Amino acid sequence: MPTITINQETITVSDGTTIIQAAEKLGIEIPRYCYHPGLSVAGSCRMCLVEIEKMPKLQPACNTRVMDGMVVTTNSDKVRKAVSGVLEFLLVNHPLDCPVCDQAGECFLQEYYMKFGLYESRMDENKIKRHKAEPIGPHVILDTERCVLCSRCVRFVREVSKSHEIGILNRGSHSEIRLLPGTTLDNPYSANVVDICPVGALLDRDFRFQCRVWYLEQTPSVCPGCSRGCNITIHANRQRPHHADGRRVVRLKPRFNAEVNQWWMCDEGRYGYKFIDAPSRLVHPAIKIDEEFVEVGWKEAVGRASQKLDLALRKNKESVLVLASAQLTNEDLFVIRKFFGEKLGVAQIDYRVPDLRPKSEDNFLIRSDKNPNSEGARVILVEEGGFDLRNFLENPPQSRLSVLWLFEQDLVSKMGEGEALRLLTQADFVIYQGSNSNPTSRMADLLLPSATYAETEGTVTNFDGRIQRIHRAVDPLGDSLPTWEIIQRLARAMGQSYAYSGAESIFAELTQQVVEFDGLRYEKIPDNGVRLVDRVDVQVDPP
Amino acid sequence: MPELVLLKDCQESPLCTLDQYLNVGGYRTERKALFEMKPDQVTDEVKTSGLRGRGGAGFPTGMKWGFIPKNVDKPKYLVVNADESEPGTCKDRVIIERNPHLLMEGIAIASYAIGAHHCYIYIRGEYYDQALILERTIQEAYQGGYFGRNILGSGFDLDVVLHRGAGAYICGEETALLESLEGKKGWPRLKPPFPAVHGLYGCPTVINNVETLASVPSIIEKGGDWFAALGTPMNGGTRLFAVSGHVNRPGTYELPLGIPLREIIFNHAGGMKNNRAVKAVIPGGSSCPVLSADQIDVKMDFDSVAAIGSMLGSGGVVVMNEDTCMVKALLCLVKFYAHESCGQCTPCREGTTWLKKIIQRIYDGHGLHRDLEVVLDVAYNMMGTTICPLADAAAMPVRSFVQKFHQEFEYHVTHRACDVGLVRV
Repeated sequence: MPTITINQETITVSDGTTIIQAAEKLGIEIPRYCYHPGLSVAGSCRMCLVEIEKMPKLQPACNTRVMDGMVVTTNSDKVRKAVSGVLEFLLVNHPLDCPVCDQAGECFLQEYYMKFGLYESRMDENKIKRHKAEPIGPHVILDTERCVLCSRCVRFVREVSKSHEIGILNRGSHSEIRLLPGTTLDNPYSANVVDICPVGALLDRDFRFQCRVWYLEQTPSVCPGCSRGCNITIHANRQRPHHADGRRVVRLKPRFNAEVNQWWMCDEGRYGYKFIDAPSRLVHPAIKIDEEFVEVGWKEAVGRASQKLDLALRKNKESVLVLASAQLTNEDLFVIRKFFGEKLGVAQIDYRVPDLRPKSEDNFLIRSDKNPNSEGARVILVEEGGFDLRNFLENPPQSRLSVLWLFEQDLVSKMGEGEALRLLTQADFVIYQGSNSNPTSRMADLLLPSATYAETEGTVTNFDGRIQRIHRAVDPLGDSLPTWEIIQRLARAMGQSYAYSGAESIFAELTQQVVEFDGLRYEKIPDNGVRLVDRVDVQVDPP
Repeated sequence: MPELVLLKDCQESPLCTLDQYLNVGGYRTERKALFEMKPDQVTDEVKTSGLRGRGGAGFPTGMKWGFIPKNVDKPKYLVVNADESEPGTCKDRVIIERNPHLLMEGIAIASYAIGAHHCYIYIRGEYYDQALILERTIQEAYQGGYFGRNILGSGFDLDVVLHRGAGAYICGEETALLESLEGKKGWPRLKPPFPAVHGLYGCPTVINNVETLASVPSIIEKGGDWFAALGTPMNGGTRLFAVSGHVNRPGTYELPLGIPLREIIFNHAGGMKNNRAVKAVIPGGSSCPVLSADQIDVKMDFDSVAAIGSMLGSGGVVVMNEDTCMVKALLCLVKFYAHESCGQCTPCREGTTWLKKIIQRIYDGHGLHRDLEVVLDVAYNMMGTTICPLADAAAMPVRSFVQKFHQEFEYHVTHRACDVGLVRV
């Protein structure tokens, strides 16, 4: 374990640590362009040069491993001159078109100029003209004039996506990032190159000219696109509602989690956020009267639902079918279990609606289960030998259903129209509780608009049993409410005294009732989540 | 006449064929090494000789060989750097044209010393005729049993493959050469790891210059002490000085290390053309800081030239007389480096082109007074800040030209014209 000194501060690190990593541990910022912890070391931008005692030349901190007793300086005059020199070199041919560049505000040319540059320009030559604003794939647009040739994107397509679309072509100051002949940047992870591009060379076509980044607020969350549960940051524009066509959520960015997604996320997940502010959002409860939906208040909607439930349950508990969803949080699912299952005694609760749509899958991040919380739903809702929707669908009961309650379950899209209609027409009254309208919701008798994952809080459990928190980035749209809140209102309408103040209070009860969650504290769940089987406090006794 | 090592038997006519080479005692030393010496003894003899790399950096050859790890499962490679591209340098081609089997013998001995069974010769693309010569030479050497399986019955196997480069100066840098040899873009590698540990295809590799390897047979034949005695301390042997520019007899001369530069110009290269005065000399290829006329008494060995702030480099001596416009001469050089920068490291990629633009502007008569200060500082910022030495190679001549001939550059900026003719009148 070598001990080294950086700017008079001493730290002991493990063997093989580089200076840039050791400095990070000490909170000392070493500027960099080509270095990225998720990629191989290129050492070519020369921005991270540091002075090491007994070495005549400055050394790149990214490629220099620490040795015991090493004395490193990152703020000497020699280093500052070299770093500001490199920055000047990077800017001699840079177009300085920050006013029209989306990267402005999160650009490391700007950032480092303010910290390490601050010189007067002494460039009197004509700048080199290059390719500008070229779409190089469905999601990415390239501006080679802004490029600093750090090669992060090249290394990403070689080492992470392994799709090899980009290279640096030509030589010297004519070097340019280009697509290799015959390729398009269309791999399933293509937009990650936008995240790792330190400047405005690679931009997200989806986000381009939508909103200046300094209007964005960032909220940590988890991608609902599949059971991987990639950690994300939701970027929402709440300051300039007239931008981005009024959309509040304008982009998603991957958030580092060593155990789940490292630095990356797939394009499918990244661009799967559009439903949040889509025109198809259900924003008012509605009751179908003469084949037309009529907007009503929550009181009336909940009253209608409770009345239908009450009648059905008096008749027969088997006349109610509740289809929850692995899109919901653990807290939503727990309240559904508690109210429908334990309080009303409904046995027919499941979430496993067959999904016949073709599904992407790979051996990196993308999983075929397109729900973020299947593991949580299984733990909370499934009982050994209990109700199984697949049996129900294979051997439908002769008697009709009085109430079919759907949570985020678009049966038509998932099962196909024929199969879905068979189930939907078997019910006298269909309640659709969800965030967006779809072919199934349009066949419902009562619509209860619920908040999306970006508008609520709670926890989800990924395929690996990792419990991760999501946070509210924007308020629920219109009159929509979190799923648990709708159930709470229903329960109150039916004489129960539910008093949940939020996800945290539900989670506290969940840990008491569901053994897998035993001992967890909501506010103690770390940023990278907690994996059920890793918990030392859970001792599984042999049967 | 000084004693010759490299051009000894080929002064009158080249030793083109195997028979001609055998007639002057060729391949005897390979036999001696394979049968009478252990690999380490060969390396030790080369260490004793004080042989330093002739490619430009002057790194001790024996020490380089000694860096090859002994107990590894991986194959080891010898790579011959015949990518002679340093402006002002034309020595390796002389060896290839006049005594190609000497190189082959050196290759065989060096491979034996480091335990390599595969050797690649990387020759610059423009050396087409020389590549043909080497192809024929390799074929002859195989046929004579000096290469291939079980060489001369010694049990030592060695294969050699010739590879032609595609014309990039940077591929003369040893790790860019390895990349190019592997079929990749010629970008110098980040070090560490060094080629001795992680070289060609990730295996231990020695990269030696043609002239370096051609010196090896004599060292093994006559002993390291004999070779060392030819030069000055720590600078063993002779080397080929390629003299060009305003001299009466430009050409490649084999001379002992440590010979004064003045002697090279006036005794061997026939003195100055039309008896013009010496103005400047680049002592070791275009990458070396230029010397002014009052510095030509320097001894031409690695350490003496370094002591006056330049480098012996690749031995390319470029002599410029008093009629030379130093702005134009420098423009020539900076254009070359801007064209040949690989573009990997920021300071070199941007700096070489920036310098070229400023020098061009000064030459065109549009110089600004701050230009010279900017040129010096830009060059300074390029030095020691890149993966390979190309940035230094571009920056050092720039700084030396502008510093040593500052008035001439000032004149160009102030008067938008050249004063070279005026001064002489």
